[in-house]
Amino acid sequence: MKEQVEQIIDRHSHAEGRVDLVAILHEVNSTQRYLSREALEMIAQKLAVPLSRLYSMAAFYRSFNLEPRGDHEVHICLGTACHVRGGERIFDRLSERLGIGSGETTSDRKFTINRVNCVGACALGPLVVIDGRYYGRLDPLKAERLLEEYYEQA
Amino acid sequence: MSRLNSLKELEARRREIIAADKEKTAAVAVCCGTGCSASGARDVAAEFERLITEKGLAVRVRTRITGCHGFCEQGPLVVVEEAGSRPEHSTSLNDSNARPAGGESGPGGLLYCRVKPEDAEEILETSVLNDGVVEHLLYKDPVTGEKFRSENDVPFYAHQSRMLMGYNGRIDPGRIEDYLTAGGYGGLAQVLGGSMPPEDVIKEIEISGLRGRGGGGYPTGSKWDLCRRVEGEIRYVVCNADEGDPGCFQDRSILEGNPHLVLEGMIIAAYAVGAYEGYIYVRAEYPLALKQVATALEQAYEWGLLGDNILGSDLSFRVRISRGGGAFVCGEETALLSSIEGLTGEPNPRPRPPYPTSIGLWGFPTLINNVKTLAAVPDIIKKGGAWHASTGTDTSKGTMIFSLTGRVNNTGLVEVPMGMSLRELIFDVGGGIPGGRKFKAVQTGGPAGGCLPAEMLDLPLDYERLSEAGSIMGSGGMIVMDESTCMVDVARYFLSFTVDESCGKCTPCREGGRQMLALLDKFVHGTALEGDLNMLFELAATMQSSSLCALGKLAPNPVLTTLRYFEDEYRSHFEQWRCPAGVCRPLISYTIDAEACTACGRCLEACLAGALTGVEDEVPELDDQLCTKCGACRDVCRFSAILVG
Repeated sequence: MKEQVEQIIDRHSHAEGRVDLVAILHEVNSTQRYLSREALEMIAQKLAVPLSRLYSMAAFYRSFNLEPRGDHEVHICLGTACHVRGGERIFDRLSERLGIGSGETTSDRKFTINRVNCVGACALGPLVVIDGRYYGRLDPLKAERLLEEYYEQA
Repeated sequence: MSRLNSLKELEARRREIIAADKEKTAAVAVCCGTGCSASGARDVAAEFERLITEKGLAVRVRTRITGCHGFCEQGPLVVVEEAGSRPEHSTSLNDSNARPAGGESGPGGLLYCRVKPEDAEEILETSVLNDGVVEHLLYKDPVTGEKFRSENDVPFYAHQSRMLMGYNGRIDPGRIEDYLTAGGYGGLAQVLGGSMPPEDVIKEIEISGLRGRGGGGYPTGSKWDLCRRVEGEIRYVVCNADEGDPGCFQDRSILEGNPHLVLEGMIIAAYAVGAYEGYIYVRAEYPLALKQVATALEQAYEWGLLGDNILGSDLSFRVRISRGGGAFVCGEETALLSSIEGLTGEPNPRPRPPYPTSIGLWGFPTLINNVKTLAAVPDIIKKGGAWHASTGTDTSKGTMIFSLTGRVNNTGLVEVPMGMSLRELIFDVGGGIPGGRKFKAVQTGGPAGGCLPAEMLDLPLDYERLSEAGSIMGSGGMIVMDESTCMVDVARYFLSFTVDESCGKCTPCREGGRQMLALLDKFVHGTALEGDLNMLFELAATMQSSSLCALGKLAPNPVLTTLRYFEDEYRSHFEQWRCPAGVCRPLISYTIDAEACTACGRCLEACLAGALTGVEDEVPELDDQLCTKCGACRDVCRFSAILVG
């Protein structure tokens, strides 16, 4: 892991000592599925940035995870268009079904669910995005069946 | 491709591309914007490509994978271009008619809607190899049943004027060549041609009346002028593409569909203000936009349109991409800048003045413009400021792109002249409300905008009129609501969004928002008191006057406008413990209409709470105590036997 993190840091360090810290966190977050304490400590040390500052960024931005994510990432769109078409009910149903809240991962590490603010495909609302794939024109039951399909795969 | 070292070489390259494409007399454009892709457009495009190769048509037919055409509701969209409607017919880079069809000019191609991969063969055989039309894929008006052949005849497009969006259908965003044949980089050629010093460029932008399209509506020309006048050698140009408003996707669609248009706008801005470096700050949730911008940057560097001595001139300009982290507040300019600086930790809005035009990125003067603002620049330079100013109202010029969503028939991106009325936009372009329901309100400007009632439908869309009505233009969100929407719930929804996204730095926004939300919760639960209405106004006034940035200042808008136009609805929540729209769960209950119920049993399976019990062939019993009012039973009922009241 050490090598990987170092390469990522180098890739986003530019001339004049400018470092694209958000980009570093993005890449570590996606290659390692979350920002582990070890990874953050490594970045802090290498760039001479206080660990507390990295933690504050990791906690502030929605894109970053401080816990490992599940095999399948489910984003439930709750943008305005999806909200007025019943997106909230889809979230409630999936959340109840999996027994977890937004940003949480099931104990078997199969699913992570997230509420998101608009994925920009409003014509298809209400929709969920699973592992980057868009599923539109859903209702709570259709969404639940979709989840079951993924369960069977996993 | 080799680097272009002069304007002449650019013109020569353009002619080369046109000549090389001459053999291709037809093109099949498949919209692969996010909406259409989600409906399966990529498979459709792949099938066309496969068939064209298989049938040996590659010499004369081209499959073009394009960005968003706007009509997301009918996706995947396929346009078959007839020869003659193609953009290649312009003769010079500076030709002001070098515009794509799809709006004001050209006959427009044949438009096919909701195309599936298995339709590809029929389309090729009928409309590409022959002059026929595939009737069953044409757009059919949901009300009159009338069918339309051409893109430009469809009412959704016919009422628009697609100055910026029109390009999308004609350009493969991955091919700089397409942008060039559509007259691209002609604006840049003009400013570098020697006859337009930076002052004249700024003058032209001032004449055009262009105002910031990101929400504020600040005159673009004045902003450029302010930035140019600050002394110093280092300046930055930043493109704000951190489009975070729920229900908005126009910036994304331009970046995904035509990244070079924005890039050209940025280079012209850099020339005008004297910048050598720039950033495009793209929202993290937009992976396709990030990819297209990265490709465009690569091509532009390769062709000598970015880097040192652009097209052999004295202008040098570099652009980097900065990726957001999924924080709404980063769309606010000072927060965005601190996010690019990165090492300062989490982004912090700060009080102004000084404005970023004097003290911005790393303390240097910085010009920040929205994607749509920059996208409007190249055509203003090519056709003149007066051309742009001829569209719109006294104070708002040009066109505006709206994301028309919610309870409306034609969901999608629409570009209309400033000054069009809400009614025309929602009913003529948007095709009205589905299911014969009644229009109730429209929310403009995203979560910081306001909700306007039916009485305001004749309001012209312009910065000033909207703000007088208590709303804002914002970045162009337009969410239509019908009678099934509860205005208290909607206000609560928007406020909970802004409270969630508040960075917490200043007290009015952090605490005020939270307290207002607690009050709205009382309405939702039917426990509000008369005095709570006043308290909402007081909190709103404090947030508006003393928050540090626009997020806190504008956050009360949805609450204030719903209170202003829908006070009765608030009142019925605590005076009669009723939610008229049947949305607020604590105030509604479900019952079964025994007359309508056929005892099919579908609702029994759907209920997770165990609130419905029953045996075969009997109307189920509903236990009010167990019912969570989730609505699952209502979704599956085919006989409208589940009533909400």
